[in-house]
Amino acid sequence: MGSIEVHALRGLSCNIERGEMVAIMGPSGSGKSTLMNILGCLDQPTSGDYDLDGEPVSGLGDDSLAEVRNRKIGFVFQSYNLLPRTSALTNVELPMLYSNRPNRRKRAMEALERVGLADRAKHKPSELSGGEQQRVAIARALVNNPSIILADEPTGNLDTRTSGQIMGILQNLNKEGITVILVTHERDIAQYTQRILHVRDGLLEREETVPKDVAGKRASI
Amino acid sequence: MNLIQTVVVALRSLQANKLRSALTILGVVIGVASVVALMSMGRGFQAFVNAQIESLGTNLLFVRPGATQQQGVSAVQGSAATLTLEDAVALTDPAVVPAVALISPQISTFGQVVGGGRNVRTQILGVTPEYQYIRTLALAYGEFISERDMQSRARSLVLGSTVAKSLFPEMDPIGQQVRVNNQPFRVTGVLEAKGGTGFANLDDLVLAPLSTVQARLFRQQTARGFQNVQVINIQAISDNHVQQAKEQIASVLRVSHNIIGDDDFTITSQQDLLQAFTQVTQAFTIFLAAIAGISLLVGGIGIMNIMLVSVTERTREIGIRKAVGAKRRDVLLQFLAESITLSVAGGAIGLALGWGASLGLSQIQIQGQPLRTLVSPDIVVIAVAVAAAVGLFFGIYPAARAARLNPIEALRYE
Repeated sequence: MGSIEVHALRGLSCNIERGEMVAIMGPSGSGKSTLMNILGCLDQPTSGDYDLDGEPVSGLGDDSLAEVRNRKIGFVFQSYNLLPRTSALTNVELPMLYSNRPNRRKRAMEALERVGLADRAKHKPSELSGGEQQRVAIARALVNNPSIILADEPTGNLDTRTSGQIMGILQNLNKEGITVILVTHERDIAQYTQRILHVRDGLLEREETVPKDVAGKRASI
Repeated sequence: MNLIQTVVVALRSLQANKLRSALTILGVVIGVASVVALMSMGRGFQAFVNAQIESLGTNLLFVRPGATQQQGVSAVQGSAATLTLEDAVALTDPAVVPAVALISPQISTFGQVVGGGRNVRTQILGVTPEYQYIRTLALAYGEFISERDMQSRARSLVLGSTVAKSLFPEMDPIGQQVRVNNQPFRVTGVLEAKGGTGFANLDDLVLAPLSTVQARLFRQQTARGFQNVQVINIQAISDNHVQQAKEQIASVLRVSHNIIGDDDFTITSQQDLLQAFTQVTQAFTIFLAAIAGISLLVGGIGIMNIMLVSVTERTREIGIRKAVGAKRRDVLLQFLAESITLSVAGGAIGLALGWGASLGLSQIQIQGQPLRTLVSPDIVVIAVAVAAAVGLFFGIYPAARAARLNPIEALRYE
C-alpha cells in the first residue's frame, strides 16, 4: 500500500482578467476545489505557474502565501467560516489583525455597512441568519481591499431569495472593480457572472459567455 | 500582529472556556503554592538560624587547637593540647593585635553538680570575667566571676538558669553550697535564661573562674608543661575587623608556637559559622523547592494536555485565521500566549495561596516555638518566573503543532 498520486488538475490553463466576474462550474471530483485552492493561494500547483496581479505566486513559501492571501484575496465559503462566540465586527476585523492596519474598528464598520449589516455589528454568528452570516463573511473578505474575492459555493446553504441577495452584493462589489471568482454547481447562480468556466476531469472543458441581459436582469432582483 | 493584540486574542479565547481554563491552571496553582509555602519554611528556618548566630555577635572569633595526629591519622579538631594561657595573655596586647577588643580563654569539662539535695550532670566552663561581655550574658541574680575570683582561684560558681531551676526550684540559690565533682563551691550568681540557641546552650551549664577550674577540676598541661586552654574566645572591635583580627591573631600565635608549616591551631569566626549554616539551610530550602517543583511539572503537563485538546478543537479556527493571512508565527504566538497566560495566572494565584499558607503555618507552634516562615522577594520572583517558564516549555509543542497545520485541511476539519 502506498499513496497514489492523483492529478486533480492536469494541463488546465485559463486567464481571468482584472475586474471580471467569473464562475467555475463542474461536477464533484472535477478538480474545481483544487483550482479554487490554487487560485486562493492556499495550495501550490505541483507543476505549472500561477500569476496573480502580474506577479508569479508559484514557488512562494507558506508565510509569503499567507501575506498574499491577506493583501490580495478575500474568501467567502459555503459554510461561512466565521469565528464562533465572536461578534460580527471582530470577525470582520480579523484579516486586518494580520496586516497591522490602523483604524481597524472603523474600517470593519464601513465594510459591514457595505453589506448592509451595520446594525448587526455586535451580534455573534449564532445570533444571525445564514444570509446575514454570509454577508459578514463578505464584509470580512473585502475589508482589506483585495484584488480578488473567491467565493466557494457561497449560496450552497441558502434559500433562493437570500442567494439572490448575496449574488447581488457580489455583483455590486464587482462593479466597484473587484475581481470575483465563484465556484458553484448551480447554473442559476453561475449565470450571475459574465463568464462560466466548465471544468471536468481536471481539464477546462469549455468556456461560456453569459449574455449581458441575463446577468443584468438577475442583478436587479 | 503585535504583542498586545496577541495577548488580547489569547485572553478572549481563554475567557470563552472559563471552567476549563480554571481547571487547567489548578495544577500550576498547587505547584507554585507548595513551592512558595515550602520555600518560605526553608527561608524562615534560615533566617531563624542566622538570627541565632547573629545574636551571639558576628564579631566573635574562636581559636582552637589543631587536631592530634597519630601515625598520620588526624583526630577531631581541638583534640591537641597546644593552646596555653600564655597564648591568651599574648593576645591581650593591643600593640600586636589592635583589631581585638576582648579575650576570654576557656576550658570545659563535664561533671556532677550537687546542691540543694539534688544533683545534675552538666557542662562546667572555666572562663574569665571578659566572657560575660563577649557572650553578652545577663545575670538574673548575684554577680558574674570577678577579676579577684580569678586571682584568688575562688570557689565561686555562676549557675545557668536551667541548672539553677533544677537544683534550687524553691530557694534563692545565691550563697548556697554546691559540690562540683566533690569540690565545694559557693553560688555567687545565676544567669538569665537565654533560651535554647540550638547548638550553644547557655542555660544548661555552670561557670567558674578559669584559674579555679584549672587548679581543681581539670588538670591538663601541654607537652611543654604550660596550662592548657581549649578555646580562646575573642571579640573583634567591630564586624568589619574580624578578618584583620584573624590575621593578627594567627601571626602572633605562629611566632609564639614557632610554626613554619601547618598551623597547630584554627581560628573560626562567627561569620564563618554563619556562612556554613547558610549553605546548609540553602541546600535544605532548595531540596524543599525541588520536591514542590514536581507538582509544578505535573501542572505543566496538564497545561500541555489541554493546549493539545484546544488545538485540535480549534483546527477550523486556525484554518480561518490562516486563510485570511495569519502566518505560522502569528498562530504560534497566539497559542504560546494562551499557555503562558494560563501558567502565569496560575503562578499568581499559587503565589497568593502559598503566601497565605505560609502565614497560616507561622501560627503553628511546635514545642512552644512558632514555625517560622519567610516569603522573601526572591521567592516571589522565582515562583512567577518558573510558572512562566512552565507555560513556555509546555506550550511550545502544542503551539508548533497549530502553526504547522495546513490551511486547506484545517478548513475542512469537522
